[in-house]
Amino acid sequence: MKADAIISLDHGSGGLASQNLISGLFLKYLTSPQLRDLEDCAVLGEYAGRIAFSTDSYVVDPLFFPGGDIGALAVHGTINDLAMRGARPIALSLALIIEEGFPVTDLERIIASVGRCSEQAGVAVVTGDTKVVPRGKADGLFINTTGIGIASHRHDISGKKGLPGDAVILSGTLADHGITIMSRQAGIDIGGDIASDTQPLHRLVGAVLEGDAGLVHVLRDPTRGGLATSLCEIAWASGVSITIEEDRLPIRPAVNTACEMIGLDPLYLANEGKCIILCDQDGAEDILQLIRRLPEGRDAALIGWVGEGSSGRVSLTTRIGGSRLLEPLTGQPLPRIC
Amino acid sequence: MKCVDAFRSREITAPLVEEIARVLTRPVRIMEVCGTHTMSIFRHGIRSLLPEGITLLSGPGCPVCVTPAGHIDAFLAAARLPQVTIATFGDLIRVPGSEGSLAEARAQGARVEIVYSPMDALTLARQQPERTVLFAAIGFETTAPTIAATILQAERLGVDNFLIITALKTMPQALEALLADPELRIDGLLCPGHVSAIIGSDAYQPFAERHRLACAVAGFEPADILAGLLGLIRQISEEQPRVDNCYTRAVSAAGNIKAQRLIDTVFEPVDSEWRGLGPIPGSGLALRDAYQRFDAIKRLSLCVPPAHDPKGCRCGEILKGRLLPPQCSLYGTACTPLRPIGPCMVSNEGTCAAYFRYSGHKGRQDGQTTSFR
Repeated sequence: MKADAIISLDHGSGGLASQNLISGLFLKYLTSPQLRDLEDCAVLGEYAGRIAFSTDSYVVDPLFFPGGDIGALAVHGTINDLAMRGARPIALSLALIIEEGFPVTDLERIIASVGRCSEQAGVAVVTGDTKVVPRGKADGLFINTTGIGIASHRHDISGKKGLPGDAVILSGTLADHGITIMSRQAGIDIGGDIASDTQPLHRLVGAVLEGDAGLVHVLRDPTRGGLATSLCEIAWASGVSITIEEDRLPIRPAVNTACEMIGLDPLYLANEGKCIILCDQDGAEDILQLIRRLPEGRDAALIGWVGEGSSGRVSLTTRIGGSRLLEPLTGQPLPRIC
Repeated sequence: MKCVDAFRSREITAPLVEEIARVLTRPVRIMEVCGTHTMSIFRHGIRSLLPEGITLLSGPGCPVCVTPAGHIDAFLAAARLPQVTIATFGDLIRVPGSEGSLAEARAQGARVEIVYSPMDALTLARQQPERTVLFAAIGFETTAPTIAATILQAERLGVDNFLIITALKTMPQALEALLADPELRIDGLLCPGHVSAIIGSDAYQPFAERHRLACAVAGFEPADILAGLLGLIRQISEEQPRVDNCYTRAVSAAGNIKAQRLIDTVFEPVDSEWRGLGPIPGSGLALRDAYQRFDAIKRLSLCVPPAHDPKGCRCGEILKGRLLPPQCSLYGTACTPLRPIGPCMVSNEGTCAAYFRYSGHKGRQDGQTTSFR
């Protein structure tokens, strides 16, 4: 296709233009045999264990940002949702809604990114769909991915399983993705090493569960709403209180500076490659050391503990020794006036 | 950030907390005037560290909170005009007027853009010559200089499609009006850091001299705020009210003369309506005659209708420090951060939103204003 080619309504018609797009672009980067068969659905193999099933839609603006793009998010986000129940992801679907006039070069970059990310994660895209809507009916490109995984019988990981006495571990630095997107949207070039943290976490989770899987009670990726909102959800679902300590939170200095400048709280900004682990305190140190040896978890830290009573209450012990309650995010995070 | 870290370290703050407890000789009521102070006090858990007997009250220092509904209605009327783009600071977009908010107008198709500075709004106007970009000019002496500079820049560049509606306000006049209220019982003022950087710490001398009120200018880090509180409590214990400047790295006695000149070049003082407080003489900033062509009210034939505060809303008394948020019957029931009724619930810096978010008080509580600890 020409360098300035654009997507037209014909590409979503199911006719020849659609077939050309699929064979000339999609199959160039998405190489699983099931997808190449171009059947109405993919038939997966036989697996032992419980089936985990998750779906997510991606509408990020901008589509490309430091550290990733919408394609990487769509692959990692769904893999991570499966991993947060301790499941091993085995296959993904990929559905696109494209606005008429979308540049084919951008689409190719994004599909190449999907292909690269799924290959690196070892989780293939096995089925897909493409729709094109008239100009003005969508904002460039929306993606939906659905994932299937297999959860072992050896564990029962859920947001409801937090227990008093559990340690709270965070697998890496906070707010990298959220601040990257918000500063791009604001047109503010903050400089420094600010980039999205988008990455798959299934290998980290797999490594943690390989040992004594019973030690791990809750896994949760703090995406929209950030760490504070995720902890509130866990505390409510498990009927426990959680206390975290501000000076244990891993936050990159550049991210902290950017949050101060824009007037945002890093505790409420999205992460796309981090997980919260609630585990038995006896196993916490071993799990922490294990995670820190992995590239996905080198900045991991023990950030707090689960307590009894006051169910749903999440508090932060501030650096100066004060105490502050953490609430779930309300509405969108809004920058402050001054 | 290294510099800021020192102001957040326990090694610096713990001795300040100890000293505050040592010099406190009687119960004191202190008003923090600035919304950013309110936020910082909650965010760092400062209340939980203070000894019994110190009551912190939040004053009228959140610019979003004190912008009256009539002005929001004018922004909304402009947003409904074809070819008009509203450019606004982020936290204004959820503030309810009498017929919805800018966020709702955006959902219904209006063009509403969040900007981080008025200069961004001017850039938007230059990028969209076919549209009129209207900047919602709210704030205190903190935002007024950059808005003035933007008007001057628009004039220099000959930009004709950039307009503002000014709802700008000035702090000393509001404090004067507040202190004239016989029902207001406070012993000290924690004076706003950003506003003071512009107007200078000398601006508070009349309050110390005439009203015998302890004053301390403070920055926004925990050590700044604690140093300010310590200064105030010392003044109160010694019964020697004065103005302590505890934010000398940003605030001088005379303030930022250049910024003051910018304000004075473009704006003139006018009487102004404050949400919750009512009209205050000389407390607003209007465009001078030479810059009338930037006035959206005139250019787009808009009006700022008189607007009444919502029924049951006690934001006025909360802004004056007479009530704490949980004493309002709407707080936590009809009025929450997701569906705010009163202005104090809307902005992150609003007293009610800060209480709701950080304090654990989720519903109404009867009783007198007491220490929150």
